[in-house]
Parts: sequence; structure tokens; C-alpha cells
Amino acid sequence: MSAFRSATGGLINRSQRVKFTFDGKIFHGCSGDTLASALLANGVHLLGRSFKYHRPRGILAAGSAEPNALVGVWRDSARYAPNLRATQVELYEGLQAESQNRRPSLRLDMGAINSLLSPFIPAGFYYKTFMWPRRFWKAVYEPIIRAHAGLGRAPASADPDRYSSRFAYCDVLVIGAGPAGLSAARAAADSGARVMLCDEQALLGGSLLDNPAAVIDGRTGIDWLHDTLAALGQNPRVTLLPRSTAFGYFPHNFIGINQRLTDHLAAPPAHLPRERLWQVRAREVILAAGALERPLVFAGNDRPGIMLAGAARTYLHRFGVRCGSRAVVIAGCDEAYQAALDLCTAGVAIAAIVDPRARADGPWRDAARRAGLPLQERATVLGTRGRLRVSAVQLGRIEANGRDVTPAGTVRCDLVLMSGGYTPCIHLFSQSRGKLAWNEELQAFLPAAAAERVRCVGACHGVYGLSEAIADGAAAGESASRRERAALNAQHFTAANGTLGALPTAKHPRGKAFVDWQNDVTAADLALATREGFRSIEHVKRYTTAGMATDQGKSSNLNALAIVAKHQGKPIPEVGLTTFRMPYTPVSFGSMAGRTRGNLFDPVRTTPIHGWAQQQGAVFENVALWKRARYFPRASEDMHRAVARECLAVRRQCGIFDASTLGKIEVAGADAAIFMNRMYVNSWTKLAVGRTRYGILLREDGFILDDGVVARTAEDRFHVTTTTGGAAGVLARMEDYLQTEWSDLSAWLTSTTEQWAVIAVQGPAARQVLQQLVEDIDLAPTAFPHMAVARGRICGVPLLLFRVSFSGELGFEVNVPADYGHAVWEAIYSAGESFGITPYGTETMHVLRAEKGYIIVGQDTDGTVTVDDVGLGWAIAHAKPDFVGKRSLERPALRSAQRKQLVGLLTSDPEVVLDEGAQIVETPAQQCPMTLIGHVSSSYRSSVLGRSIALALVAGGRERMGQTLYVPMPGRDIAVQVTSPVFYDPKGERLHG
Amino acid sequence: MLLIKCPYCGDRPELEFAYGGEAHIARPGAQDQVSPEQWAQYLYARTNTRGVHAERWRHLHGCGRFFNALRDTTTDHFIAIYEVGGAPTAIARTHEFP
Repeated sequence: MSAFRSATGGLINRSQRVKFTFDGKIFHGCSGDTLASALLANGVHLLGRSFKYHRPRGILAAGSAEPNALVGVWRDSARYAPNLRATQVELYEGLQAESQNRRPSLRLDMGAINSLLSPFIPAGFYYKTFMWPRRFWKAVYEPIIRAHAGLGRAPASADPDRYSSRFAYCDVLVIGAGPAGLSAARAAADSGARVMLCDEQALLGGSLLDNPAAVIDGRTGIDWLHDTLAALGQNPRVTLLPRSTAFGYFPHNFIGINQRLTDHLAAPPAHLPRERLWQVRAREVILAAGALERPLVFAGNDRPGIMLAGAARTYLHRFGVRCGSRAVVIAGCDEAYQAALDLCTAGVAIAAIVDPRARADGPWRDAARRAGLPLQERATVLGTRGRLRVSAVQLGRIEANGRDVTPAGTVRCDLVLMSGGYTPCIHLFSQSRGKLAWNEELQAFLPAAAAERVRCVGACHGVYGLSEAIADGAAAGESASRRERAALNAQHFTAANGTLGALPTAKHPRGKAFVDWQNDVTAADLALATREGFRSIEHVKRYTTAGMATDQGKSSNLNALAIVAKHQGKPIPEVGLTTFRMPYTPVSFGSMAGRTRGNLFDPVRTTPIHGWAQQQGAVFENVALWKRARYFPRASEDMHRAVARECLAVRRQCGIFDASTLGKIEVAGADAAIFMNRMYVNSWTKLAVGRTRYGILLREDGFILDDGVVARTAEDRFHVTTTTGGAAGVLARMEDYLQTEWSDLSAWLTSTTEQWAVIAVQGPAARQVLQQLVEDIDLAPTAFPHMAVARGRICGVPLLLFRVSFSGELGFEVNVPADYGHAVWEAIYSAGESFGITPYGTETMHVLRAEKGYIIVGQDTDGTVTVDDVGLGWAIAHAKPDFVGKRSLERPALRSAQRKQLVGLLTSDPEVVLDEGAQIVETPAQQCPMTLIGHVSSSYRSSVLGRSIALALVAGGRERMGQTLYVPMPGRDIAVQVTSPVFYDPKGERLHG
Repeated sequence: MLLIKCPYCGDRPELEFAYGGEAHIARPGAQDQVSPEQWAQYLYARTNTRGVHAERWRHLHGCGRFFNALRDTTTDHFIAIYEVGGAPTAIARTHEFP
């Protein structure tokens, strides 16, 4: 055993030695240690370098409030977790950890030059320094700042671990398993409630674990703890969650809990996820979050070896570790005396107890006197010494006026314990939007009016005494289980005896007095912010970054507030408190993502023909959640060659295309036609059964929302198709109007997108191919003309056949029940082989429709395009009294002749393919900013035309036919001629073939 | 995540719902008699209330039906839930515990 480990006591297993490495050096600890306690047992206090000044830093606290001792811990290169608090990292055999923010080493860090430069980099120096010259920002300042920004490093590869998540419900959720929380859980469970109890620590028990002298109902605290846990553990209605941090309190008692399952294990079993995210809806919440110990603000208060007094007691009592051999105790509160006495008993020499308080009598001080500890009353700290570990404290005597300080000698030591008292942990209560109120007697913010069904018990609402906290918890637990309205429980205040803000110091103090250790914010920074005119505490916070680090100001907030209040000459409650935000402690991205990674990130939708396309080597693209075949390359073809071949096959023989992703909505009911009339710009009344029509939907503001072919399959029934990506939105909008505007209409809407497989057969040979398979429908041009629809059979299965074309060729769309989609596709493909049938993908579909000037909503429209803009004004049934968007069409801006209109563009060089999205100007060689008159919306190489084509939206475009415009690109202006958007078969003879 | 009481299905998590914007924005009737001002109000004017807000929800992944709710935007507490076309019941002004 090392010199710093006591022979007995604590909750560690001394017989089970655990080997670990820190910065490559091998150490040994005990089973039950944290990384922090094991390093302290080895006499190691230097654990890291601070964020801004790269000052040597040690361990300040013992739990999740630790601001300094942030380490990287890894199992392999992919399992690297930066910025873990060493105070919460449980030791396991073979653990590897390293310090952060140092180069080249922790003991010799080049970044420490920032400490010498500190007069030049005060709070807000970013905002003052990097302003000029302006062009320096991108080339010089930003790269340098980025190189120095951030703490720790990210893992080198994707996270290989699994993370799970779970929804849970309970009657009473108790957060914090200290004496108050345990007692609340026990009382609620005994009353029959379903209870969940979570705590961030590995062991449930809270302060009982640090307090061997505690006595409850005549038993030791530890015995009471064991009995309580046993009773809770045996109750099937109770769920105990250790290593589980309630990190966020969301509306309606919805709590996020991050449970860590394997990080403490040397060899995590494969079946366990690393972490589990619990999303708990609790009828009642009991917060038993405890209180956080406050550090003291004095010059040089950040050297390794300077720590919180309560933390030193935790290390002593729970881990059997003496944090030093000769300690100076700065007692800003009575509890610090207890630490001095306990450490003295454990064999640590107490070099001095320094008490800065004006009024500090009482049993603890008397006990210290009786124990013969050297007590310095009305004393303060002027500075500390020691490069990598504190070696001495320079004391000062506070004069009677309470301000002036005179030097009072130096005391050698290797440990400084400080405590300014305790701050109730109100983070979650504040997150729940509960109101906070300043309690003058307790010198703390306490929970006031609750916004949720939540009760606070124990130290987190100022009830500090052990027996009071247990009674408080029991009363709240019982009341919660009876579903009573939560009243603010009776509170048993002990008057405050702590210290807030900075200690009295010399007129010109030497050394920095840190308030926020993690972000390197000093008392002087806060004073500077006040001098520079920052009044709101929220502004001071953002300017100085106090409280903005990963510890969210757990140890610093109240001291910062007190210092700002003092400088502004206001009482603390008038300065106010910054907002507490989730997460309480950092939560891994893995936990947030859970199983929704990779293929599970979003659902993947595939068509019945997907497998066939995969076998054919199709290249897929994502369209909304769908996978769509983009093209079917043969041999070594690239996309352009494959698309050129597919296009020519459709124009000359026959192509087959999977259109199953098209949205499909069945509109049925006596008033179906009236409903369609009100939704679409088109008229549906006279559309005969067995006919289809191209329909356009607007938003109420008059712009195109969606389009698609609509078939009337019966007097009271329409088969509506939508774009692939627009299907859900169109259905939602239709439902909205049907339910909330026209609820008198008798109509029903059903999504049938996934019920139908849709196989487009397009090309001159399409009829010959289908004739071999289709039954009950006469495909002759006169019997089944363009835009006809009919029911029949194909391959013996039900068929809804459309004669429609999005290619400009003779075309059919075969709709069959989705389960038969693959078989029917194969049958058509076989039947078409002698005609050269060619599968084609979305890219070819895009080229073919662009050759015909057919728009794609979302590509040639962008939410600011009207029906007239794209030349489809003929579709609007103006005579209808009403349809969605009709009134907006009368707006002057939507009737202007200078609106951007759809036109075709032909480049003067037929080999040049314009970039989609490229801007268009009237005259070449303009100075920036140019006068832009439009943009290219679609652009392809057309194999059938042997040249490039483009669609564009150009201001007043239809009046510009024949004009030459220019597309400015880097280094050149491309000349283009404005043409009709229909490039191929302008008379439409082919699709009537 | 809010807990929302669908009037047809009961308490369900917010995940199952789609927000429908402010309630009681009546679509003007006869389109040829709607003034530009009326139409602009309908299209764009919303109250953006701090406090009790009448709004529409749809139980999208449940019964699929729209309904109206009064919600205090400062606390997220629901004060009333009522059917499409219904009138909000008396608005509770006092702080109601959820």
C-alpha cells in the first residue's frame, strides 16, 4: 500500500489490486477506486492543463462537478472518450488514460506561455483583437484559433459500441440516491407506487458513503443504507438505476436518463450495450439532487494540491486516501473544520486553519481548538506557491474594517483544502421551468413555485441535516404516492455560515484568483466585464465565458454572481441567475443516437422491383426515403454512356421503368369530385370514368405544391398520384382541408402508395410488348387512347392500366398489387426482350421528360413558381368558384409579365452542358454584382438530339424567344439562345402513336 | 416531449402528433369577394402568443384526426382540448398544476 492509502476503512477492496496507466506510466489502485482516487493514492495531483492559460491543474472535487481533472480514456483507437472527469471514471484492470491540453508533456507544456501572455488576453480578447485587418480572419486568425480551440481529441474512427434506448413509465421517479432520495423512494414504494430511483454514481448512497460517523435510528448510516437498498431491491415495483445521470428535465415530467453499463468493466460482455438512454414519463418526480460544495476565490487557488475540503473527506472515507501529508485548510464554512479534524485523525498534519469569516463560532471551531489545530481567525490567503504542486500558502490578516489586509507570513504545505459552503443543486428544478427564489438566511437560490409535478427533498432545497433530510424525503415520497398536489414542504433551514464571492485580498494581488476553473475565468475578468459596461449576468457570462464550460458552472456560478453583484453594488437576487440548461453532465453522442445509425438512421423504402434492379447492377439514388434505380450500367459504362443508351432505347424501341415510388392516394366518396375540384386547379366534374388528367395542386399563396396524373376510376372514386417526395405532405394537406374546412363533404382519403407496384413501359414498341400479357383491355389506339385508364388483368392478376407518358413516347403504366410487382415486371421484361426492352432509371427519365419540356416539381419549381410561370396556365379552371390558391392568383405580383418563366436554352456550342443552378444575365462581361435575370433549372445532354439542352426560369422569358443570353461561369460567359422548352416532337405525335 | 391528450385516443406522447399551427384561422369564403387585406391576414397574420395559445394538432400516427388545444406557451401546460369547429372553453387564467 502506498504512503497515501490508509490501512483500513473506505469502500474499496485493498486485496484486489488494479493496474492502470496514466500518460503511459503504470500505476496500481484498488478495486472500487476512481481514476482520481487511485492517482491521489499514488501521490499524483497533476492531471491536466487548463483550457486557456495551460496552467497545471489537479483534482478539485470528488464527483461530477469536477472542472479540472478531465482525461482521455480509451480501450482502442475507436473507443476513445475525451474529457471524462477522472473523479467519475471507475478503475478497471488495464485502464488507459491520458491528460489533455498539453504539448509536448503534462510537466512541460509549451502552451503555458499563454500564462505569461495573460495580461494581453483578458476576457473578451477575441472580440477586441481579431477585428483587423479584415482579410486576416480567414487566412491567419481562424486557423490559429481553431488549432488552439477545443479540449481533448475525438476518436479516430466510427464508434463500434452499441447504444440502446428505452421508454419507461413510473408513478414516482426519484433523482438522487442520497439519504433524502432513498428515504423518499422507500416511502413511495412502501405505499405501493411504481418507483424508479436513479443516481449518477456507481454506488447508491450519496453522502452516506462519505460519512462513517453517521447514525440513523440507532444504526450506522451504512447499515441503514444496506437495509434500505435491500428493501427497495426486493420490491418488484422498484427499479434501481446506478451509474444513471438524469441529465434533462423536459415538459410534462419527461426525464432523460443516461445509464452507463460497461464503461467500468475491464472486459465488457458483447451482449451489453455501452449506454442506455432512458426516456421516462413520471407521474411524480422527486428531486433529491443534493448540494455542490463551493470553492473559494483567492489568488493562486488553482494549483494542483488545492482541493475542496469535502472532496478530501470523500477521498479519505470512501477510498481510504490521504490527499497530502501537510494541509492548510481555508475554512469559508463550518464543514471545513470537520475535514480538518477527520484528516488530522487520519494522520495528515494540519499546518493551519484559516478562517476569513467575521462571525465564526460554534461547536466545530471549539472542536478544532480542543484538538489543538492551529487556527487563524480573520485571516485570508494572499497567494500560493509551487509550480506543479502547491508548496506554500501566503497568509494575510484581515483588518477590523473587513477590507484591508496585511501580510501574515507563509505556511509550507502540500495540500490546501478549501470550502465556501454548499450550493443547493437546483439544475433540474430550473430546467423544469420551476421558479427560483433567493433565500437570504441560507444565502442560496432555492426552488420556489414548481411548473411540473415535482417535489424537492433534502439538500437540493436547503434541508441539510441528515435526520431532517430523511424525514423530508419520507414525507415527500408518501405524499407523491398518494398523488397529492405537491406543496412546498416544510423546510428546516440551518442558517448559512458559508462564504460567497472573492476572499479579501491585497490591493494589488499577485496571481490569478480563479472563479471558473474549466474556462479559466478569474475574478479580475468578471470585474473587467463590469467595468466595460456589461450589466446583465447573461451578458457577463457570454463575454467572460464564466459557467459556459462542460461543467456548466457547477462550482463557479454562485461565486461569479456574488462577485458581479459586489462590483455592481447590487444584492445578488437583483443580478439574477443564468439559465440552467440540459445536459446536467455531458452525454455521449452514441447515447443520443441509440440504434438510429447507419441503415437504421432513417427508414429505407424499397420497391417490389428493388431486388431485381440490384441484381442488374443498378446504381441507386435516394429520393425522400426511397431507394430509386438511377441507371443500369452495362460493362464499363459510366453514367453518361448508360443514360445515352437508355434514352435511345426508349425513343427507338422500348424502355421499362419502376415508377412504384410515386405517391398514390385513393379519394372516394359521394363528394369526391367536389373535393378534388376544391383541392386542384383543374376541373374534375366532367372527367369521365376511365379517363385521366394531369392535375396541379397549389398552396394557398398561389405557388405550385405538387402535380401528378389523376384517374377517375368510378363516379365516386379517384386514383390520385403525387410526386415521390410529396406524397405524405399532399395527403396531410388534403386531410387538413377535409377535416377542418370542408368537413361537410363525404369523402375519404387513403394512402395506397405501397399497395401498388407501378411499371412504366414506354417507347414505340410498348403496345406490342404489353399486348402479349394484358387481358380484358383492348389496347388499340382508338379503344385505349392517350390519357385513358382501365381495369383488366395481366399475368392473371388484377391490373389498373394507365395510358400515360412522361417520356413523350407511346407509354403505359402498369399498376398491379405490390406483391405481384416483381413477377409482372419479370414477365413484361421477358415479353419485351425480342423488342429490345431496356430497363432505365431516374436519370434517363429526367432527360426524356426534359426533352419534352415536362417539369419536375421541386427541380423546375422551388416554391415561388406559379402554374403560369411554367406554361401550364391552360390547366387552371378559372370558372370554378374556389380552389386552394385561387384567390392568390389575383395578386398583382403573381400576374406580372416580368415573372420568371420556363423556357428552353440552347448553348451556341452544342457540346457544352450548363450547370444546373447557374445564373443567367442579359449582357456578357458584367461587373459584379451582375443583374441576374434567371437560372438554369434542368440541364442534360440529349442523345436523341445529339446536343445539350436546358430548361431555365428567365424573367419575361416567353417574350425573349430567339434572344441570346449569357451564363457567366468562372473565366467565361456561355452564350445561350432562348427557345421553347419542348425540344423534341413539339407536336406530340409520338405519344399518340 | 409533451404529453398530449388526444380527444379520441387519450394521453399519447408528442412523437405521435403533428403540429398544425394556430387554430381558428378561418379560410375566407367566397373567393371573388375577399379583399387583399383579408387575404393577406389569412395567409400571413398569426398571433404568436406569449401565454394561452389556441392551436391545432393532428394525431398523425394514431387516429389521424385534427383537434384544437389551448396551450400556455410559457409553461407548455395544456388548458383545454376541444374538437375542430368547437369553441374553447373558459380560458383558465390562473396557474394550473398539470
